[in-house]
Amino acid sequence: METIWFILIALMLVAYVVLDGFDLGVGIVAPFVAKGHGERRLALRSIGPVWDGNEVWLLAAGGALYFAFPLLYASSFSGFYLPLMMVLWLLMLRGIGVELRSHVDEPLAWSAFDFVFSLASILLAIFFGAAVGNVVRGVPLGADGYFFEALWTDFRVGPRPGILDWYTVLTGVLALVTLGVHGANYLAVKTEGEIQARSRRTAAAGWIALVLLTVLSLVATLSIRPRVLDNFSAYPWGWIIPLIVVGSLAAMPLYRRQGKDRHAFLASTAYIAGMLGGAAFALYPTLLPASTDPKYSLTIHNAKTGAYSLGVGLIWWSLGMVLAIGYFTFLYRSFRGKVAVGEDHGY
Amino acid sequence: MESALGLHRLHFAFTVTYHYLFPQLTMGLAPLIVIFKSLALWKKDERYNRAARFWAKIFAINFFFGVITGIPMEFQFGTNWSKFAQYSGGVIATALAMEGVFAFFLESSFLGIFLFGERRFGQKIHWLSAVMVFVGSWISGFFIIVTDAWMQHPVGFEIGPDGTAHLRSFWALLGNEWALWQYVHNMGGAVITGSFAMAATGAFYLLSRRQVEYGRLFLRVGVIVAAIASVFQLFPSGDGHGQLVAKYQQPTLAAMEGLFNSEAGAGVVLIGQPDTDHQKLDNPVRVPYALSFLTYRRWESVVKGLNDFPRDQWPDNIALLYYSYHIMVGLGTIFIAIMVVAAFLLWRRKLYESRWMLWILMLSFPFPYIANTAGWITAEVGRQPWVVYGLMRTAQGFSSNVSAGNSLFTLLGFMGMYTLLSILFLLLLWRELMHGPDFLNGQERQAPTGKSVIPETVEG
Repeated sequence: METIWFILIALMLVAYVVLDGFDLGVGIVAPFVAKGHGERRLALRSIGPVWDGNEVWLLAAGGALYFAFPLLYASSFSGFYLPLMMVLWLLMLRGIGVELRSHVDEPLAWSAFDFVFSLASILLAIFFGAAVGNVVRGVPLGADGYFFEALWTDFRVGPRPGILDWYTVLTGVLALVTLGVHGANYLAVKTEGEIQARSRRTAAAGWIALVLLTVLSLVATLSIRPRVLDNFSAYPWGWIIPLIVVGSLAAMPLYRRQGKDRHAFLASTAYIAGMLGGAAFALYPTLLPASTDPKYSLTIHNAKTGAYSLGVGLIWWSLGMVLAIGYFTFLYRSFRGKVAVGEDHGY
Repeated sequence: MESALGLHRLHFAFTVTYHYLFPQLTMGLAPLIVIFKSLALWKKDERYNRAARFWAKIFAINFFFGVITGIPMEFQFGTNWSKFAQYSGGVIATALAMEGVFAFFLESSFLGIFLFGERRFGQKIHWLSAVMVFVGSWISGFFIIVTDAWMQHPVGFEIGPDGTAHLRSFWALLGNEWALWQYVHNMGGAVITGSFAMAATGAFYLLSRRQVEYGRLFLRVGVIVAAIASVFQLFPSGDGHGQLVAKYQQPTLAAMEGLFNSEAGAGVVLIGQPDTDHQKLDNPVRVPYALSFLTYRRWESVVKGLNDFPRDQWPDNIALLYYSYHIMVGLGTIFIAIMVVAAFLLWRRKLYESRWMLWILMLSFPFPYIANTAGWITAEVGRQPWVVYGLMRTAQGFSSNVSAGNSLFTLLGFMGMYTLLSILFLLLLWRELMHGPDFLNGQERQAPTGKSVIPETVEG
């Protein structure tokens, strides 16, 4: 039962990163691809009706995580106190940047809103990447299942690391580039003309960095935590995950050359799902490894709630998800198609 | 307050108090918007549609601020109250996670359709999306109340082998009698905020001679709904909620009333300042026997005073509890008086010309916010010294691994951030109020292909 919930929560987190990832990505690449007021509005309009719903996946995944593994939620949220609070502030600032820009008729304010929106998107991507890095690397858990990490200590990977060390900075940058490419792919699908051409070029340039960083982070992960390979030897079918990662990386430039933007976007989606899925696969059944002593690690067994609750949860969760996926399909179908300059009065 | 415990309490109190300024209006406005949409469909009158669109914009602004200040609440159980989160997660996380999957997805999707899909989908779907937004926001409120009600009156659980609370009965959790009364009372409060805001807007338009036609419509709907909701808030909802406090939280009741010594035929205090050092009430004005009657339905019943309970069961801020309760009840009584008179004038067809009443209505809109906030302070300070009543003390629930310095740092950060949010909110709201429902009336507008959650301008 706890394994099912592990998988479900991993799926929800992947859904969150894929969905909110592209609107974060739009924020990351907007300074490079969207020139001038008209194109900026266009970039925002491409995510306008959906970004809020995308963010709900973070809340839903967080809620499910708290529900199934209360100790994990309590321990990690208090242990990652400072970065989480900053994430909250950045989410607020980003929301302001997206939503309120069109409500003021002052070019100076537009620049400010654009700056806030992009800066918050960039920092959020780095924070989320560093968060995944922290979970893979391990945190200094005590015997009571709690820890507290300062933002940084000496940037070395040791038993007493900070949130940021060289490894998590690397995963943060990897996330930044990943979401940037993902966002550029999305803009290429949703726009046409100049902005589309620039989005394609940005995605192509980002792809080179993405390949390099993927290799680099893989080597780094194997060196600081060789045990990530254990599950791959125990369950050989897991090798399909690295195949997905390699395949999607290879597919991106191929589709780009053929002008198939939608397929390129699906390839970056598969890449994100593969990378996160691989991390989850390598961690299982651990939820949060301890850098202090492996026996303090939080696992699906010592962090789970009662069996009755998990069982009932499966019923209401399935019902809720069917409804949610229904709304999302309807929403995305309603707002499908490209956005173009000039047709907007509102945004 | 420089202790870690005190700072974590202040942290949560500050962020949740600020957050709830927004949902109380959206939950209150949602049914009123459904009323306008229904009238438009039924009477085939475009003015009701324009009114609905205007309030949808006010709704959307508040919804946006409610969302961005609400996300921190979901985090803070873990960040600032990790021991409580671990202990109670087996039960309350069911309610919180259900809010996510059943309310948030529903709200965010249908709000998009409601704000941008009127042309694309036609009037029937638009009406349906208004109803769904209403349902979503009220479901959301229900799951939050279920969570709080479990902290006030824990039911449907058992203590598991790991020493934390595990859910034993799903339906007992959702059907908690405390949750049902608290929900009814809380939603009544939200409707009061929404309808007062609507009546105040109407009064403002009439007094300033702007958009007079819509001013009258807002006054009519606002006053009628506010009059019903204000009376309902006293009886049955306030009375029903009070009965539960008297039954399950007796020290809280005594502190709310400023009753130090047990009394037969206890009176209700209207005014007076509690002096906890000398255990008395300064210059009290009492209605004799009323408390005994209201609590036990018998004039001579004995109501227990604080001294009949051990000190470690007393709420830790008796004065704040006493005042917030009295402010809530006092304002609630004034609301009934204002709205009954306003409704009478409306019935006699004199309301639109009674400038003195319009001034009162226009200036009254902040007070439901104060009453709702005071009500929540009563509930949460009244629950002290427990974070889960009778099971876990507040002092055991906070994140002991997060230092006072870190908590103060982020509290100050939130204060700065919320100052900025307040300024932006007021600017946006003022802009919409000045535009009014007649803004861009008659201009043909193109169907949008994609916009933000807050529409800049109306469609149609």
